Amino acid sequence: MNQPHVVAAPYTYVSKSVGNVMSWVMIALAPATLYGFWLYGWPAIFLWTITILSTLAGEAFCLRLMDKPAKPVLKDCSAALTGWLLAVSLPPWAPWWVGVIGGLFGAIFGKQVFGGLGQNPFNPAMVARVVLLISFPVQMTSWVSPLPITAADAPSLHQGLMITLTGIPKSFDAIASASLLGFAKTEMSRGVDLLHAFSEATAPVLSFEGFRQGSLGETASLLVAGGGLLLLWLRIISWHIPVSVLAGVVIPALIANGADPEHYLPATTHLLSGGIILGAFFIATDYVTSPNTHFGQILFGLGVGILTWIIRTWGGYPEGVAFAVMLMNIMTPIIDRVCKPRIYGRTRAGKPIVADKVN
Amino acid sequence: MIAAVFSLTALGVVLGLVLGYADRIFKVESNPVVDEVLAMMPGSNCGQCGFPGCAGAANALVDGKAAASVCPPGGKELAVALAAKLGISLDMSQVKDDGPQVAHVSEEICIGCCRCIKACPTDAIIGAAKQIHAVIREACTGCTSCVDRCPTEAMTMKPVPVTVQHWVWPKPAVAA
Amino acid sequence: MGFMDKIFKQPRWGVHPDDHKRPAADTPLRTLPLPARVYIPLVQHVGAAARPIVLVGDKVKKGQMIAEPGGNISAPIHASTSGTVIAIGEITAPHPSGLTLPAITIESDGKDEWIETKGVDDPFSLKPEEITKITAAAGVVGLGGATFPSAVKFSLGKRLEVSTLIVNGGECEPYLSSDDAIMRGHADQVIDGVRLIMHAIGARQALVGIEDNKPEAIAAMRKAAEGFDNIHIRPVPAWYPMGSDKQLIQVLTGKEVPADARAAELGVLVHNVSTCAAVHKAVRLGQPLVERIVTVNGGAVAKPGNIFLPIGTLVEELLAFCGAKETPARLILGGPMMGTPLPHAKTPVVKGASGILAFSAAEAEVPDAGPCIRCGSCSKACPMGLLPLEMAAHIRADDLEGSEAYGLQDCIACGCCSYICPSHIPLVQYFNHAKGELYSKERAKLRTDATKRLAEARTTRLEREAIEKAEAAARRKAERDAAKKKAAEEAAAAAKESTTEGAAS
Repeated sequence: MNQPHVVAAPYTYVSKSVGNVMSWVMIALAPATLYGFWLYGWPAIFLWTITILSTLAGEAFCLRLMDKPAKPVLKDCSAALTGWLLAVSLPPWAPWWVGVIGGLFGAIFGKQVFGGLGQNPFNPAMVARVVLLISFPVQMTSWVSPLPITAADAPSLHQGLMITLTGIPKSFDAIASASLLGFAKTEMSRGVDLLHAFSEATAPVLSFEGFRQGSLGETASLLVAGGGLLLLWLRIISWHIPVSVLAGVVIPALIANGADPEHYLPATTHLLSGGIILGAFFIATDYVTSPNTHFGQILFGLGVGILTWIIRTWGGYPEGVAFAVMLMNIMTPIIDRVCKPRIYGRTRAGKPIVADKVN
Repeated sequence: MIAAVFSLTALGVVLGLVLGYADRIFKVESNPVVDEVLAMMPGSNCGQCGFPGCAGAANALVDGKAAASVCPPGGKELAVALAAKLGISLDMSQVKDDGPQVAHVSEEICIGCCRCIKACPTDAIIGAAKQIHAVIREACTGCTSCVDRCPTEAMTMKPVPVTVQHWVWPKPAVAA
Repeated sequence: MGFMDKIFKQPRWGVHPDDHKRPAADTPLRTLPLPARVYIPLVQHVGAAARPIVLVGDKVKKGQMIAEPGGNISAPIHASTSGTVIAIGEITAPHPSGLTLPAITIESDGKDEWIETKGVDDPFSLKPEEITKITAAAGVVGLGGATFPSAVKFSLGKRLEVSTLIVNGGECEPYLSSDDAIMRGHADQVIDGVRLIMHAIGARQALVGIEDNKPEAIAAMRKAAEGFDNIHIRPVPAWYPMGSDKQLIQVLTGKEVPADARAAELGVLVHNVSTCAAVHKAVRLGQPLVERIVTVNGGAVAKPGNIFLPIGTLVEELLAFCGAKETPARLILGGPMMGTPLPHAKTPVVKGASGILAFSAAEAEVPDAGPCIRCGSCSKACPMGLLPLEMAAHIRADDLEGSEAYGLQDCIACGCCSYICPSHIPLVQYFNHAKGELYSKERAKLRTDATKRLAEARTTRLEREAIEKAEAAARRKAERDAAKKKAAEEAAAAAKESTTEGAAS
């Protein structure tokens, strides 16, 4: 008897929804993003807006191609979140087309091409970032020093719009510089060891307040960490991935820096530069591309951290979070196959346990 | 540069040889899966497939001379299972499946001629001369041999009734 | 008992849905006015259907056996009120399929007269097997909802030398409070039943697990259990599915039931508190199981509460008694997490019906299912440690064997995963569907094997008949030839005699 309308138990449901979860993640990102807007001014605001709109447009375009209604899917806020994460990992004064290409690529080839939410093997924001990094290395590594929006010589709204649309004009050239990690790598390749490099006056400064070059998501490390703690408190993410990512970076850094401080950056530098805090709390914890079980998540996190450290230290790129996350995304299905939870009444191998009689 | 070209070529040749050798060594002899396929068949040798009995159909399937939908009494389930086992494609439109069916005697019409009893491959019909016949449902494979033999058209095929104990929850509909 | 009670930490598995038990749980127990007709299904238990032993037109008294057990794992059915049997036929089953079940319909004569019941004065002097026999004859089955014939469970427990009886006063499902009512109002019946069952199975001690959202029940049970040193009242955290027997055993004893094995092999046996009360009535009062307490609750009910009623009452009569605020948008037999949806209200209340829920339109709303975001909430909630997201993904792709590899047959269908899913995917329905399909396939395979054997037997029989026929034909031919030969010889001998006679004269 075919009764497609017959619905099985349970008939009571939890009230949270996917859109709910994604919205909270965006709220957790908001303080760091707003601080970044203040630090970098109008161009950052425009770039952020354009990136998110492009991601949403890419998703809507794909849904239209598949003849599906766009509104319910966009309402689950996952595309907006992807766009936001991508925007905070870009250089704040990058040109508008970097944001557009990144947003479209992330939505279309990072997510929709695989079947939409839940089907993508790689983190879509990282897919977009890696593609941009490899295709447009110059624009993706042109960092600027912070120029607070309230400062006298900061670009006005109109100037900011022009910077995003037409590029950084000559008058602002002086503030362009490399990020701390980029500086460290270039100095090392020139043969200058780290202790000497950072003692120079022109070296980039490590700042807890984020007053240094970087993307929106890396400068305000403390605010990002605060957002991450909010997510932990709300039980949207669990501690396993963030702690193991940070441990994966800190432990090799401590060992290497302890052994040879001239050639290896200290652990605090690693933690406060680049997008490692953002990566640990917001990017590696992406539900779809990380393992299901806690033990698997620890393995995954450790892998991301260690790979990040390796790429930063010996790899060709100064920043390794995006590559590390994508490499570990490949490992997620294998980790899931190996790390399954123990079933009640069975051993880890799956055989029934021997009855331990109650007497 | 010469060294690079030479080394890559050599690598290609060596790996190609290794693959060819492995193909020879690890070649799988075509197993007699005929027995396994035969085990999946209903076993009543009704002949609806057009082959000499279930063994004939099994041989034809393994040789690739029959489609997976060859067995009408097996229905959709057998067709899917055969296609999965033999790795052949299945044209679902060819599968005639109205669900499992069993024979049913209309007792008002039956004249007790025993022709159907002689035809049934699993002895699923009980009765005797001038006695009304009946079908043992659990033994009927739905091969329809009896339907053609009945001179009064008392024999019809009816779907197996579903009971509360054997009802299956439908799969949840997926939003398109 | 105080210092021996252990407080358990909230378990890692499970969920905590909104309770919805009060105010229904606090209203006094009401008795349903005698219904005009009762429709008693012949299958209200796990196992073979009971066989009717009455005919249409027979007059029966309350408690009279009207159907005998249909096999070893079965239970008898008794009339739940006095009157006349007016039909033995099919009624709509309390089942989502809307299919029918055989049932005996009794028209009440209004007198509600019991048969002559004879209780046992000193049941502890009886042999354990006799208590089991009385329980079997009374038709007692698991009243928590599983409806396994209790007597069969007692025999199993005795055979496997079970040492601990676990009494399930959990009632973890939201909305339900029938066990709560029986513990609050009749704790002495429950404790007496516990002692009787302990005697029947040879258990050394009893652990009574009661969720801590029932403080009145805990207090009442503690008072009733005073003086019995081997009965321990153990409050457990109110956490779904604490009332599931596997989980209750784990929380109370710290041990797990091995997969594919019964709890008895672990040395424990689990029985619901209402079942214990039913055993008390069967042994002490000689009354078979013909009535029970049912919780009527839900947004569409005007006066929710616990109702004491005869088995076989139609759901619509029960709802009429409690009053309806609006037409129920959904009817459920049992609780909202694992209950059975009813096709309509003209279905009978059966032995395993601990509650009837009538949901308002708001409560009955089913949210649209979204895609799986692989958040893993379902896996964290699963009390059996399974991966519902993986199993559902395989079933969606019609890979049923793949989902079995992830432990589908270990699933207890508690509903925690579907409840917690942020995309509201109907996970339990996927699993029920898959389990049903796999079971059908297995049955089909057994059938194919059986018909193959029949076909082979027929071929052998035909060959044998052909050989016998040939032998018989050959034998007859040989006989005919021998007879012909004999006749020829006799004729020759007679001819010879006549010629010699002729020559002599």
